[in-house]
Amino acid sequence: MRIAFFATCLADTLFPEAAKATVRLLERLGHEVVFPNQQTCCGQMHINTGYQKEALPLVRRYASTFDRYDVTVVPSGSCAGSIRHQHAMVASAYGDAGLASRAADVAARTYELSELLIDVLKVEDVGAYYPHRVTYHPTCHSLRMTRVGDKPLRLLRQVRGIDLVELPAAEQCCGFGGTFALKNPETSTAMLADKITDIVSTGADVCTAGDTSCLMHIGGGLSRLRAGVRTVHLAEILASTESS
Amino acid sequence: MSSRELILDRVRAALRDAPVVAEAPRDYRPAGAAPPDLDVLVDRLVDYKAEVHRVASAEVAATVAGLVAEGGAVLVPPGLPEMWRPEGAFADDGLAPDRIAAADAVLTAAAVAVAETGTIVLDASPDQGRRVISLLPDVHVIVLRPDQVVASVPDAIARLDGRRPLTWISGPSATSDIELNRVEGVHGPRHLHVLLLTDG
Amino acid sequence: MSTFLGMPTTAPRGVGHLRGDRTFPEAARDALKNDQLRRNLRHATTTIRGKSGKVIAELPDWQSLRDAGSAIKAGVLAQLPELLEQLEARVTEAGGVVHWAADANEANAIVTGLVRQTGSDRVIKVKSMATQEIGLNEALEAAGITPVETDLAELIVQLGHDKPSHILVPAIHRNRSEIRDIFLRAMPGVDPALTDDPPVLAAAARRYLRETFLSTTVAVSGANFAIADTGTLGVVESEGNGRMCLTLPDTLITVMGIEKVLPTWRDLEVFLQLLPRSSTGERMNPYTTMWTGVTPGDGPQKFHLVLLDNGRTAVLSDPAGRQALHCIRCSACLNVCPVYERTGGHSYGSVYPGPIGAVLSPQLTGVADNASLPYASSLCGACFDACPVKIDIPSLLVHLRNRVRHPAAERAAMAAAAYTMDRPKLYASAQRAAKLARIAGRRGRGLPPPLSGWTAGRDLPEFPKQTFRDWWAERASHPEPASHPEPASHPERAEET
Ligand code: SF4
Repeated sequence: MRIAFFATCLADTLFPEAAKATVRLLERLGHEVVFPNQQTCCGQMHINTGYQKEALPLVRRYASTFDRYDVTVVPSGSCAGSIRHQHAMVASAYGDAGLASRAADVAARTYELSELLIDVLKVEDVGAYYPHRVTYHPTCHSLRMTRVGDKPLRLLRQVRGIDLVELPAAEQCCGFGGTFALKNPETSTAMLADKITDIVSTGADVCTAGDTSCLMHIGGGLSRLRAGVRTVHLAEILASTESS
Repeated sequence: MSSRELILDRVRAALRDAPVVAEAPRDYRPAGAAPPDLDVLVDRLVDYKAEVHRVASAEVAATVAGLVAEGGAVLVPPGLPEMWRPEGAFADDGLAPDRIAAADAVLTAAAVAVAETGTIVLDASPDQGRRVISLLPDVHVIVLRPDQVVASVPDAIARLDGRRPLTWISGPSATSDIELNRVEGVHGPRHLHVLLLTDG
Repeated sequence: MSTFLGMPTTAPRGVGHLRGDRTFPEAARDALKNDQLRRNLRHATTTIRGKSGKVIAELPDWQSLRDAGSAIKAGVLAQLPELLEQLEARVTEAGGVVHWAADANEANAIVTGLVRQTGSDRVIKVKSMATQEIGLNEALEAAGITPVETDLAELIVQLGHDKPSHILVPAIHRNRSEIRDIFLRAMPGVDPALTDDPPVLAAAARRYLRETFLSTTVAVSGANFAIADTGTLGVVESEGNGRMCLTLPDTLITVMGIEKVLPTWRDLEVFLQLLPRSSTGERMNPYTTMWTGVTPGDGPQKFHLVLLDNGRTAVLSDPAGRQALHCIRCSACLNVCPVYERTGGHSYGSVYPGPIGAVLSPQLTGVADNASLPYASSLCGACFDACPVKIDIPSLLVHLRNRVRHPAAERAAMAAAAYTMDRPKLYASAQRAAKLARIAGRRGRGLPPPLSGWTAGRDLPEFPKQTFRDWWAERASHPEPASHPEPASHPERAEET
């Protein structure tokens, strides 16, 4: 299958390993990945900070960049959620009905990585090998906006060599919340502290999730505390093989 | 312009987009969906610290007498069946609140009981009396006939007349105000006994 | 601020409790330093989440009930004028008197006047969000009337000269030993040997209020609902203080927001299932009282219903924002909110704390007066899933953020970011330039606010040597055997840089 790849601005700029892993994984599964280089950012930061009008060009850009592909994958539950639940709303508030319906249409063909693998490509065992103790944090937007459910866990359970340990209070927010982390830093870090306590309590050496944004937040806290736990995007685990 | 007109005008102005709302979907279990299960009712009553006694009508008076101390005063509504009244019971005839509060127990009938939630509803019929009489005494004894038990809240709503004064009771007085744990016994009766009749 | 008569209007300033004197982040900063507060909140919210989850799981049709509740509430708002007129007619037929209060000042004046007419200098009160919202207690006190809060948690707040911090359990921020200390300090005639055992504390409140219940002739209540087709009002409670107030006095005055009306008696079959399970986590709360006007010989013989606007019509006028008026004040959204759990209710500055407060208060007052509240959320979405009437609080927060007047520096930065992100070539060079930020180091030395907020407790990620975009381009020019680069013939939109 030919799959368009929306890398997200964060993975593109700061976490290219997650984006590269997505490409490697899909190619290993025999699919063709294309990266339309007109893409930039989904505009979620603008929308969630109260700048819907400023986000309009980004909504339009996303729709016009990915309109021509049957399937687009995004390695982020949060960006997938924004595209699905916010793009058409912004388009109809500040753009026009035509853009709104195009945005909705493209959004319906946009999948978060675990959704693409399980719902579209119908694969649970991606042939990965990852000999580490791993705990999975289901990020809020994956869980409650994009509603990926247990798909990431189903994928992880099939990974060979993995020691998957359950994260206590997994569904609690890590405190990132985009600009929330900047506008309410004390509350955000108080939430992070509890998340980190829970992660450390698992004894895992890797914390994984489907969003680089939350991982950046959690990783920033783990690094500050020298907790000895790494953050790794779900795609990187699924892309790992015995030979890599 | 009166405040009434002002507010209604404001509401109409606020609705200038004329929202159209479809009929509410009611896909939940409606009234009549299931027969009541008396064991569920008992389980739920006991869970919320009511005491349940399964007795025949003829045993009501003696059972109530056994629940109050020797010579205790039992208040009853004026329309309570004679055979249920323990010896020495006194009937409400517009008593002052302090006389009511001085009763050791109050004995009433009920209108409806909801098995699923362990709730008993009083509707101020003559066998249940004014709302205040079941409020001030520290012990409330309710006689319930099996045919008054329904399965669910929708069943109860279907049976009740909203224009009567209604008191829905689920266990004795309680509070969740201290650390969000349920603690029995604040202002209402601290003891709730339910006499579930075995002979309709 | 001048308004046109008959146009939806926000709640007036200078009265009531809808506006804090500090922004949310400022108030939260203090609350976060209070470890005891956080322990109390965590304990209480964890308890209630567990209880609520258990009794909700007992109902096979919970989601259908939520759908019904949400739709009924949307229908209420759509036909609000007719329903209010119908309610007024039914209550009046049943012997009640209906008053209309455009705002807090008018409601306070109506209630104060009604109490004065009775000649009583004291009223007993059942916990009510509406009367807290309008600052009724202060208005009564100013008129020489003593309001006595009879709900245990309200009593704890009143005796402790404190402020409520939760919709349902206003003293949730207090644990049992703090409550004992407050009672020992401020409850007249309390047993000095009082322990902190909850039943003992409850019994102390019972003894303390008994005499007041029996000797006060006027009560003030709120209402959880009013049924338009029967004129029935209802108060859902636990302790029996509600029954006392609604049954014993001669005069009952009920203050209710106009959005609380329900069309039909049958609608209660939905809300009496939704409310207790999502509120106190019980299958049913201990007591619910329902009354219709006046019943001769039973309960108060004079009944007044005060219908309150106080900004509700302003909320109603925003088609996207009006769903905040569906709220049945169950407080489930507070109990699941990770922000509320850390900051407590006082940080929100309004009687409506937590997620619902963050969307309701700014709408009642106008967003300018509560501009920090829509940002008091990480948008985690737990509130939406918990809400029994399916209020999409995260979307409402995003909607309100869009109406906030933003700081100039932030506006400039966001505009610049949007400009860059809409120009891929410029964006790619900005990505490369951003690597210069590595100079700040992972601890972000010397970064200006708001970025310094990040590095207060979190390291910055290490900047990679190469962006994904550059990696992709490089790979396309030196294809690996296994890769499938984008076909060169692929049509691309002309790039503006
Ligand atoms: S918004 Fe929903 S969850 Fe929150 S208090 Fe209101 S009804 Fe309950």
